[in-house]
Amino acid sequence: MIIDLEKFLARERPAWGELEQTLRRMDGGGKLDLAQARRLHYLYERASSALGRVQTFSGDPETREYLESLVARAYGLIHSADRPRRRLRPIHWFIVTFPRTFRRHFGSFLLATAATLVGALFGGVAVAADEEAKSIILPFEHLMGDPSDRVAQEEQTGGAEGGGHSTFAAMLIQNNVRVSFMALALGFTFGIGTILLLFYNGVILGAVCFDYIRAGEGVFLAGWLLPHGSIEIPAILLAGQAGMVLGRALIGHGDRNPLKARMRLVSADLVTLIGGVAVLLVWAGIIESFVSQFHEPRLPYWLKISFGVIELGLLGFLLGRCGRKAGERAA
Amino acid sequence: MTGHRHNRLVITTPEGCRFSLLLAGPVSRFMAWLIDLVVVIAAGIGIWLLLGKVLAFLAALLGEFVLAMLLLLNFVLWFGYGIALEWLWNGRTVGKRVLGLRVVDEHGLRLTFSQVVLRNLLRLVDMLPMLYLVAGVSCMLSRRCQRLGDIAAGTVVIRSPRIGRPDLRDVLQGKFNSLRAHPHLEARLRNRVSPAEARVAAAALLRRDSLEPEARVSLFAELAEHFREVVRFPEAATDGLSDEQYVRNVVDSLYRARKGT
Repeated sequence: MIIDLEKFLARERPAWGELEQTLRRMDGGGKLDLAQARRLHYLYERASSALGRVQTFSGDPETREYLESLVARAYGLIHSADRPRRRLRPIHWFIVTFPRTFRRHFGSFLLATAATLVGALFGGVAVAADEEAKSIILPFEHLMGDPSDRVAQEEQTGGAEGGGHSTFAAMLIQNNVRVSFMALALGFTFGIGTILLLFYNGVILGAVCFDYIRAGEGVFLAGWLLPHGSIEIPAILLAGQAGMVLGRALIGHGDRNPLKARMRLVSADLVTLIGGVAVLLVWAGIIESFVSQFHEPRLPYWLKISFGVIELGLLGFLLGRCGRKAGERAA
Repeated sequence: MTGHRHNRLVITTPEGCRFSLLLAGPVSRFMAWLIDLVVVIAAGIGIWLLLGKVLAFLAALLGEFVLAMLLLLNFVLWFGYGIALEWLWNGRTVGKRVLGLRVVDEHGLRLTFSQVVLRNLLRLVDMLPMLYLVAGVSCMLSRRCQRLGDIAAGTVVIRSPRIGRPDLRDVLQGKFNSLRAHPHLEARLRNRVSPAEARVAAAALLRRDSLEPEARVSLFAELAEHFREVVRFPEAATDGLSDEQYVRNVVDSLYRARKGT
């Protein structure tokens, strides 16, 4: 029992002050050499021991509270030393970490793709069965009319009259990134919200594609959609993949780890996936505004389609081959 | 190892030491969010006002590219504000700083970048259908007051209230304390009395002159009864003491050790 608290406090207080000072320095981004790190560990152990004594034998309540907060801060600092705090390596992250993460959760990507394809099928069938379905399904006014009329109008001017491409690109990037964040966040509904979002996206895509192909405007459609869609659509699928990963971690089917451990295991992967999606969507937004909106005679369709196919091939290479480790199974 | 104690997160370190963190409630967190909202809006307006002329010049030079950049900057500000500040300020934004809140790992460890990003991106679900209703419900149902983003990222928001030390010199100076004759019982008293109880007793003493006479008698009777239950001092030390004197002696015993700190 600590009978003479005053004496105890007088003896220990300088060490606590030194620990507090070191912690403040570290909070401000300071670094320690080996001797200072050892000293920090010693001070932490000494404060822990003092807290143990104060809690067990005696102690004025506020000293206890002060020591708890001091030990908590030091504990967080010392026991987090082995937590990853790597240097920022954006290129390595994009061409190695991102594809590896994609391949690690390939099953979730297939699920996201399936939800979109089912939606696309539904959208196509709906428009085929009922012409009026277009006005309900399609949210964009310029897609409501007859595709051939629009193609004729666009080809008369070559598309994209009047400038405003940068602003349009910025708006597209904002909107698409927001939707992809939402696809991830809705994974919290055990993946159901993500599936519904992907299904709805698929419905719009299917309805538009069917409408243009039925009107014999397949080449225009490919030239219009492929330059940006070959990146944008997979990017939204990747965001859906992240949502599925989150949903799977919540459900935990076939995984004996508790929820917290499951979430801890996937959290870095979720951030990597959604970060990669954001990068892809910035590119897609720029291409949609500066390339997709131009049509023949300004920009030949074969060029636009080839550009889109090359982009898709590169994306496939990035996700399928980049950062592959020896012995890694093909995705 | 972690556990719970009412609104506290109790952590036991590998060294066998236990400490607890006070969890922030939904109201204080909502207030912090409101402050952050004001900061983000003010920052947007501030950028516009401060750089208005520069932007107009750039717009004349670079055309609508400047407007596009502003649109993107605004978007990055909305999403990046929380991520950047919580990462750079060890789990605090301006709102959290003002209210003494901090985001920490639920095991008391340092936050990782992915934890910070994830909890901020999942706001999109937490803010549904409006004004963070989902987050509020989640906070109230969760034992650690975690919104969905916190559950996914493995984080909690803690509160570190700045407790001012009561100035008890006028109340205690020159007063004889009969409990001092029993240091081992004083030690036990300090061990058993929580900081909150000590603060209540100190506050009662500091404000005693502003109380109605009846309320004063009844308050000190209640406090004295409580502290008598906590530790029983020998009759020789308590004989002839009024309830108020007894509470004053208790406060003296609790706070005396920190005199001059």
